[in-house]
Amino acid sequence: MTRTTLTAGIEGISLWTAQARSWEAFRALLAGKPSDDATSHAATRPAPALLPPNERRRAPDTVLVALEAAQAACIDAGRDPSTLPSVFVSTYGDLAITEHLCQTLATAPLELSPTRFHNSVHNAAAGYWTIAAGAMEPATALSADFAMGLLEAIAQLLAGAPAVLLVGYDGNAPGLLRQVAPTEGLLGGALVLGPVAPGRPRLSLALLDGQAPEFTAPVAAGNAMAPMLALFQALALGGDATVLPAGPDRVLRVELAYD
Amino acid sequence: MAILAGQPARQPLLQHILPPPHSVPLAVTAHTATTALGAGLHAQRQALREGRSGLRRNDFGPAPRLDCWIGRVEGLEQVSLPADLSEWESRNHRLAWRALHQDGFLEAAAAAVARHGATRVAVLVGTSTSSIGETEAAYAQQQDGRFPEALARLLVHTPHALGDFVAQVTGARGPCMTVATACSSSAKVFALASRMLQAGLADAAIVGGVDTLCGSVLYGFNALQLVSPDPCRPFDAHRRGLSLGEAGGFALLERDGSQPRGWLCGYGESSDAHHMSAPHPQGLGAQRAMADALARAGLEPDAIGYLNLHGTATPANDSVEAQAVAALFPASLHASSTKGWTGHTLGAAGIVESVLTLLALEDGLLPGTLNSTEPDPACGPQVRMATEHRRIDHAMNNAFGFGGNNCSLVFARA
Repeated sequence: MTRTTLTAGIEGISLWTAQARSWEAFRALLAGKPSDDATSHAATRPAPALLPPNERRRAPDTVLVALEAAQAACIDAGRDPSTLPSVFVSTYGDLAITEHLCQTLATAPLELSPTRFHNSVHNAAAGYWTIAAGAMEPATALSADFAMGLLEAIAQLLAGAPAVLLVGYDGNAPGLLRQVAPTEGLLGGALVLGPVAPGRPRLSLALLDGQAPEFTAPVAAGNAMAPMLALFQALALGGDATVLPAGPDRVLRVELAYD
Repeated sequence: MAILAGQPARQPLLQHILPPPHSVPLAVTAHTATTALGAGLHAQRQALREGRSGLRRNDFGPAPRLDCWIGRVEGLEQVSLPADLSEWESRNHRLAWRALHQDGFLEAAAAAVARHGATRVAVLVGTSTSSIGETEAAYAQQQDGRFPEALARLLVHTPHALGDFVAQVTGARGPCMTVATACSSSAKVFALASRMLQAGLADAAIVGGVDTLCGSVLYGFNALQLVSPDPCRPFDAHRRGLSLGEAGGFALLERDGSQPRGWLCGYGESSDAHHMSAPHPQGLGAQRAMADALARAGLEPDAIGYLNLHGTATPANDSVEAQAVAALFPASLHASSTKGWTGHTLGAAGIVESVLTLLALEDGLLPGTLNSTEPDPACGPQVRMATEHRRIDHAMNNAFGFGGNNCSLVFARA
């Protein structure tokens, strides 16, 4: 049985949610010094600079939050977005589009919008990202726990990728979908993972049996991707380990080091 | 890159900082597919041999229906899942269940779980729309702003329902992911499995994909004006679009096997970085995926004996893919699309066509392009309409999806 050390350096990090619209704002909020984000109602969705203004207006909210997080993490890492393979993880994709498609199918199927249909694919965010960033590198879209995205990202590094962009995001369930797809608000978080290097935080992964401990997210608590915030919170507070859900009775233990 | 010798104009666009390293071949120790041609490998083989299409006039869902042809799997309405799996009830999971029960696949998966330990067997499956048919039904039957109780089951209204369902049925407890990159989904699962085993995160992987007909895809592709009123004719000069299909298939990948059915030798993935629903006009993303798959397999283009093309029969896909193939491969390559047999099975296309590619390696039957007679002017000599019989050693499968998401796989004969 081959065992490899599953370790990577964290080159860049970012976060966007309505109560904390940047990694800095998230850290400030955790430190008890909330920025204006926590109280202002100005922007309920981000406006990623990478997208042209007309696309920004039309894009689904989940695409916007994923691209905002992805771009901020690349800037933090000092990496050219066009050079990075990417992994996008989302439980539900864009449920506003799902609702629109299903309502239209129930009433006037021939009026389905072609744009909404191609935006309904689970890899919409990954697709818009590669187009906006000019990235011909592979892009993967997963529906799974964020922990699975971490495993795939680290597997890509071990297979030779110089660095990998990992984005976790989910959006708001509208209307009838609230009954079956519990997720609220808008949340996107991203990491750029690369080689271990001095002066750069690093993480090590171990997949184990067990249950993830109860976790109350400090922001976007009702979002389906909120469990990933256990890792982002640990990184913000300089914690040395965290445990993420990784499927039924399975957890991913993430150890962190900063030297 | 040596394989691009003689193509200097295109070389800079395809070049990497470093070419991908060779991958370690993985043994395909079991595989199976269930499509409009029938359940299991025997049905696929028979239809390929007889040149019999599985397409039929659209009879799916309530009338009025779109005037088109579909690749429908027979009898998915008459069966139901066992009582202990009733929370998972959906057309997609009924097809997954049926596909898992063909060709001894479930027994092979159980043996792998016993051999390696449940937590060392990964489940990596692809789908485009998963069980959205049930969500559509819930909307159609809504009462007073609520879903009917029977359809408000939590377990099917997320794409990952498929991965969770396959893990539940097979007993595998390793990393479990549902890849949803539209029509490349269940090709990419082979790439994920290769990396997962290389990283030591698993010792075996159950890969595959399932996608079922639903209103979203029929009316969605119709809205994009990509659905043909006739049975699809891939690469034909007179093609008018795709015929949608449904299918499920699986493969078991391990580092070694006493009696492998074939080998996964390499994979290539890329993005077009061009458009959400139209391919790159020069097929640069497709070329890059094919070139990377060859590089990982350590093969020159002339080593490939058969290429199962994505070949959806949409005007744009086929002319672009034919050009990309002509740019990379010698005239001796036998390349074809099998979508005239199965229809375009979307998120299941990657696994279905990988299985057909493995059968081409096992049987030496290189399928032609059913329904097509007059090649599009964009086609090079590689695109073949007629079936041929020849023993080959290596074969490739292409799968390209919306969002410009490309994947190519190289397989070898056992």
